[in-house]
Amino acid sequence: MSKKLTRREKALIRSKNKLSSPWASLLSIVIAVLWTVPTMGLLVTSFRQNRMAISTSGWWTSFAPSHWKDFGLGNYKAVLGGGYNLGSYFVNSFVITIPGVVIPITLALLAAYAFAWCKFPGRNVLFVAVFTLQVVPVQVTMIPLLTQYVNWGLNNTFWVLWLSHTIFGLPLAIFLLHNFMLDIPKELIEAAKMDGAGHVQIFLKVVLPLMVPAIASFAIFQFLWVWNDLLVALAFAGNTPATAPLTSRLSDMVGSRGSAWYLLAPGAFIAMIVPVAVFLLLQRYFVRGMLAGSVKG
Amino acid sequence: MSFDPILHPDTTLGKLLAMVVAILLFVGVMALVLFLTNVPKNMPSWGVAALFLLPSIALMCFGLLYPTIVTFRSSFYGRDGQEAVGLANYIKIFSDPHFLQVLLNTVLWTVLVPLCATAVGLLYAVLVDRTRFEKLAKSLVFLPMAISMVGAAIIWKFVYDQKIGLLSAIYLWFAHLFGSSDVQPPQWLMGAPGNTFLLILVMIWIEAGYAMTVLSAAIKAIPDDIVEAARLDGLNGRQQFFYMTIPLIRPSIVVVLTTVAMAGLKSFDVVRTMTAGNYGTSVIANEFYTQTFQYQNTGLGAALAVIMFIVVIPLIVFNVYQMKQSQEVR
Repeated sequence: MSKKLTRREKALIRSKNKLSSPWASLLSIVIAVLWTVPTMGLLVTSFRQNRMAISTSGWWTSFAPSHWKDFGLGNYKAVLGGGYNLGSYFVNSFVITIPGVVIPITLALLAAYAFAWCKFPGRNVLFVAVFTLQVVPVQVTMIPLLTQYVNWGLNNTFWVLWLSHTIFGLPLAIFLLHNFMLDIPKELIEAAKMDGAGHVQIFLKVVLPLMVPAIASFAIFQFLWVWNDLLVALAFAGNTPATAPLTSRLSDMVGSRGSAWYLLAPGAFIAMIVPVAVFLLLQRYFVRGMLAGSVKG
Repeated sequence: MSFDPILHPDTTLGKLLAMVVAILLFVGVMALVLFLTNVPKNMPSWGVAALFLLPSIALMCFGLLYPTIVTFRSSFYGRDGQEAVGLANYIKIFSDPHFLQVLLNTVLWTVLVPLCATAVGLLYAVLVDRTRFEKLAKSLVFLPMAISMVGAAIIWKFVYDQKIGLLSAIYLWFAHLFGSSDVQPPQWLMGAPGNTFLLILVMIWIEAGYAMTVLSAAIKAIPDDIVEAARLDGLNGRQQFFYMTIPLIRPSIVVVLTTVAMAGLKSFDVVRTMTAGNYGTSVIANEFYTQTFQYQNTGLGAALAVIMFIVVIPLIVFNVYQMKQSQEVR
């Protein structure tokens, strides 16, 4: 009977040990419910078309069969069209986010490559300096940047939003991509050099393909920061349908129409769809990036 | 020729076009950099580095380094940046009752959010570890990380609503249970000091998923033979948790605590969206925004930003040091 236990059997034994107490199971269920119910409440509300009922009764009352006829897409129609026009803010979020992810990551890849694989005097000092810039809170840079943007006549345009998100993303992007880049075996780079490849060829043909998972991990985070950002948008975008993203519009609607749940609930969900989809599809990279430290404090 | 369609596009198509133009421009610049690097026959290593680093370093000098210096300077100037006022802005922040409240709230955020989020995250990570529903269970708690803080604020504003909120319903249910049938639930977000704690709860709800993910990975990295040995030594679940799990994942716990503390310190979106800092809930990041952009008081705003900066430095240094250690352990 000295057969070795398989991993699965070990896991079974252990999980049995761990959750032998019903209290433990109960506690984990309580936490899971606490973490899910608020979001569910908003989701249910977003489909309740009866505006009277929304603002006078809790969302759970709508589950009674007599209220089922209240469910529908009316709120979504209201918030996407008409005077609220969330659709165009959605476009803005999209237009802000794509370059806001692509540009800093590309720049950071070049910089990380230089730090990882080029020898030059002062390399370590410069790297520490870049790394140190991570400590600068966005707030510290805001007024001088805004002054500059106004001088250029570029404030309230997409261009300064792209520029700002690039700047704020760079230090962490360089640091993390550099860490990932150091995981590439030195021999590969050396071998490519032996074959007569220059830095540009090595960068494009050796390093870049190997960096794809790392890029994906960081890109998800950069994407979430830019898509979900409020502060940068409030400071530089101006609160107009021309440039403002969804977050800034929603925050504004809470202030001005605080109890208009029939607008806020679907609005919040429209803003959530994209990041949640990205999260669910790319969860593996998400966790990887998180463990590597891509969380801005 | 007018640049207006590219600078201020007003149709969806125009916006998308401006985006494409921006990306193409950027690709063009990058191609030029790569081309310039590739042209000389024997480009020295430092030359490659210079070309590869130039765009990033220039941007960071322009957007991070230079503004930091300017902001430090303007924190010693008056509201319009013309008149030097010495330490007056700082003195005001550390003596005016309103700002003392802001500082106190910020301390609460910076301490309570990491402690509670880490506790919940750790507990949950241990509870669901290697159970049948682990993946689903983790996704549920993790999801708030993907939602914007504005979205989270709306979700919870709805829970705290006096008329239709879940919290009010629970309050009434308890009131009925104890026999008082004629009560009104309070205006949750207007009553200090409870409202600050309700806002902090939202942030805990957001950050617990991060804590859980990192700590869960650390728990899984504990070698099987250590767990086996602990079991053979007769440690029960609770003892295993306190005498084996916690000491082994201590570096990860510290990384999570400091990272979430920084998030708590900088929290802006939740406060801005839920109360805009009214009713005694303001924190330093929100006050910065209010002073700078609503009251046009750049001197005071700069001083608040500098304080944030100074508080964040030790946190980040400690965080990076611990992150290195925890990665070595892993």
